[in-house]
Amino acid sequence: MKLGQLLFSLILLIVSSGAHAGTTFVYCSEGSPTSFNPQITTDGTSNNASGHPIYNRLVEFKYGTTEIVPALAESWTVSPDGKTYTFKLRHGVKFGTTKYFTPTREFNADDVLFSVERQKDPSNAYHSVGGGNYEYFKAMEVDSLINTVKKIDSYTVEFKLNKPESPFIANLAMSFMSILSKEYADKLLKENKKEDIDNFPVGTGPFIFRSYEKDTMVRFEANPTYWQGAPKIDKLVFAITPDANVRYQKLKTGECHLIIEPAPADINSMRKDSNLKVMESAGLNVGYLAFNVKKKPYDNLDVRRAIYHALNRASYINAIYMGNAMIAKNPLPPTIWGYNDKAVDYDFNIEKAKALLAKAGFPNGFDAEIWTLPVTRPYNPNGKKMGEMMQADLAKVGIKVKLITYDWPTYLAKSRNGEHQMIQLGWTGDNGDPDNFLNVLLGCSGMTAGSNVAQWCQKDFNQKIVKAKTISDQAARTKLYIQAQEIFHDRTPWVPVAHAMIYRAMSNKVQGYKIDPLGGDIFREVYLQ
Amino acid sequence: MLKAVLKKILNLIPTLLGVSVLAFLLIRLVPGDPIMLLLGERGADPQMYAEMKRTMGLDRSLLHQYFTFLSNVLRGDFGYSIVSKRPVLTEFLDRFPATLELGIMAMTFAITLGIPFGIIAAVKRNTIFDYSLMGAGLVGYSMPIFWWGLMLIIVFSVKLGWTPVSGRIDVLYEIERHTGLLLIDSWMSPDGGFAAFKSALSHLILPALAMGTIPLAVVARMTRSSMLEVLGEDYIRTARAKGLPYVRVVIVHALRNAMVPIITILGLLFGSIITGAILTEMIFSWPGIGKWIVFSINARDYPVIQGGVVMIASLVILTNTIVDVLYLWANPRMRQ
Repeated sequence: MKLGQLLFSLILLIVSSGAHAGTTFVYCSEGSPTSFNPQITTDGTSNNASGHPIYNRLVEFKYGTTEIVPALAESWTVSPDGKTYTFKLRHGVKFGTTKYFTPTREFNADDVLFSVERQKDPSNAYHSVGGGNYEYFKAMEVDSLINTVKKIDSYTVEFKLNKPESPFIANLAMSFMSILSKEYADKLLKENKKEDIDNFPVGTGPFIFRSYEKDTMVRFEANPTYWQGAPKIDKLVFAITPDANVRYQKLKTGECHLIIEPAPADINSMRKDSNLKVMESAGLNVGYLAFNVKKKPYDNLDVRRAIYHALNRASYINAIYMGNAMIAKNPLPPTIWGYNDKAVDYDFNIEKAKALLAKAGFPNGFDAEIWTLPVTRPYNPNGKKMGEMMQADLAKVGIKVKLITYDWPTYLAKSRNGEHQMIQLGWTGDNGDPDNFLNVLLGCSGMTAGSNVAQWCQKDFNQKIVKAKTISDQAARTKLYIQAQEIFHDRTPWVPVAHAMIYRAMSNKVQGYKIDPLGGDIFREVYLQ
Repeated sequence: MLKAVLKKILNLIPTLLGVSVLAFLLIRLVPGDPIMLLLGERGADPQMYAEMKRTMGLDRSLLHQYFTFLSNVLRGDFGYSIVSKRPVLTEFLDRFPATLELGIMAMTFAITLGIPFGIIAAVKRNTIFDYSLMGAGLVGYSMPIFWWGLMLIIVFSVKLGWTPVSGRIDVLYEIERHTGLLLIDSWMSPDGGFAAFKSALSHLILPALAMGTIPLAVVARMTRSSMLEVLGEDYIRTARAKGLPYVRVVIVHALRNAMVPIITILGLLFGSIITGAILTEMIFSWPGIGKWIVFSINARDYPVIQGGVVMIASLVILTNTIVDVLYLWANPRMRQ
């Protein structure tokens, strides 16, 4: 024991004498980034290691919110027809200097054009680099929305859209719209090293990429010339630690300052540890049970309301989410702007449910089917178990439920065809815009696309969300979305079940960290006390 | 001799073919679709789905896919990872040194402790030493690695603070890779030196302990039984009757003869080291092939899984063949 201690203190002494000056912030992440270019990745792990630390976008989400604020664009105007967006770019923004590239000019319109054209234009020299699949760019329909991008002068860029669409600005804040350096791209092109652009990134962001040791760690340095002021930490390290239990142990020994996704079972003991703190926030997601309103008896409003009242959702939160979720009362999560906080949730009330069923003509209930989610998702960690609990709840009002499930692709394909009666599904938002939930999941256009599994095309609801999509005034949009949620609440095409919570555990020394409702980990304002 | 060796090598072909079929089929039997996993809920767009399926070659028949895979492997092309889009072979070679380093440490640990433990247990047969060593061995052999690794972390890293929890080296060091073996690279790096070496070594201790425990138990048991057999032989009695010191008899006369079966076991243990690597690397965030395979299975990264498994299996089979050949060389009676 004494020998061991001696040896250990010796090691400590040696290690500390070899230490570099400055603060190093260690973030224990869960997986390896697949690339350092957010244009070609869709996973949060890669985004945390690229979009947030290395890059900026024309507009960004205000730290800790889904609100849009100017970033590389200082300001913008929208033409009256909503189809032309003109951005005034920020002067004096420098790209980071790395071991492999020293920029000679500041950020300008050429960089914006290059970043969009790489994704949009198949003839761009970089289009096919890294697989040429710009999934997010296509999935958010930015590719079909943008007609042209034009450089008016070095600091003015004009986007012409094919139709007015106000969520466009929120899409610009997403990581796949990050701005890459055209100068760097040209240099690599000349050296015939195009692939390097995605592996050795250069951006305008708060941190500069230093190195990536596969499956081990990603290293960043503070960008001393960052246009919003240099970060307060000198070095940022992502220590890749896939096991949640081990991340917790590393947090305890001080090998990590902040960990992603603590295991739900550990959260209570973390809260009791005076050296640690736990932060939580509702995630940008919703888990729900949708009725196929095209099928009988789910076309009957009273039946839908009866089922709503009969489901004891609070018990699911405890049993399935281990308490790490909140009951949903709207299709939107509360962290999104436009959330209808005034909605009064349907209470768990068997008597009301029975009365409504009797009124609908089913005093003895009926036979029903619920499809249970075959995969684990944050918004529903255990579809089968939730199905069994729903089955038991509905049995109490006489509805005899048969549980059905398929493998995931079949499940989605069959639900798109509307073959189900009631189905568990969920959604994780992309851009923090209410349209990304309400239109995708409940709009009439979502019916043809297949994402509206309730098959619910409600005229007044649809009018409001379609209108909200075409105007750019956020206050007016908020009003429309609240009205739309009121209609949803009244007509109940779904029973919203839960919003899974996001947790981050960190050392007490960590200051300035905010949970990003969009699920990222952002360190530009973080420091150690 | 040459004929026997050739026969061994020819035997490799059907074995490796069998492995390739298994590696190819097993992952496809697991539910889950790599494209859906890549696209998430956005797989809703059938056109995008079909396009990705086509580019990955997954729209062809299984037989067609298998033969494409096989013919590519024979040409040394293991395909490209779906996730990282890099060649599977490069990805494997990038990670293999980490597993090799850990494996060597674990085996060193197993051999340097296992053989003396086995000898002590054999010499002190049916005493408290024998019982406690063999009892501990049985416990070590039966312990789930995942649990054992976490216990080691909780005791040695969290409670005692002697070793780091996980990783390969302290985050302060940026070590340039030459060999991929950090114990060597840390010495060579201008940034490193002795302190970096110490850090790398201290990071190796717990994972090597966790990974080496089962081989340790096996080696100790094998040494014990092999020693007991030899110690009962006539020539040992003769040696003792000559008046040679007991220690000399045990180490020189007995152990040398007892080593043959132990060496065979060491060859076989190479396979269990790889299995152990999968669990150990997950717990200790060790960037080797075990962790790589687990990630790839979760992502249904077919090319990596089939290519990686074939490469790992080839290594294990090759090692065993080498041990077999050594055996032939060492033991003329087996050449028939």
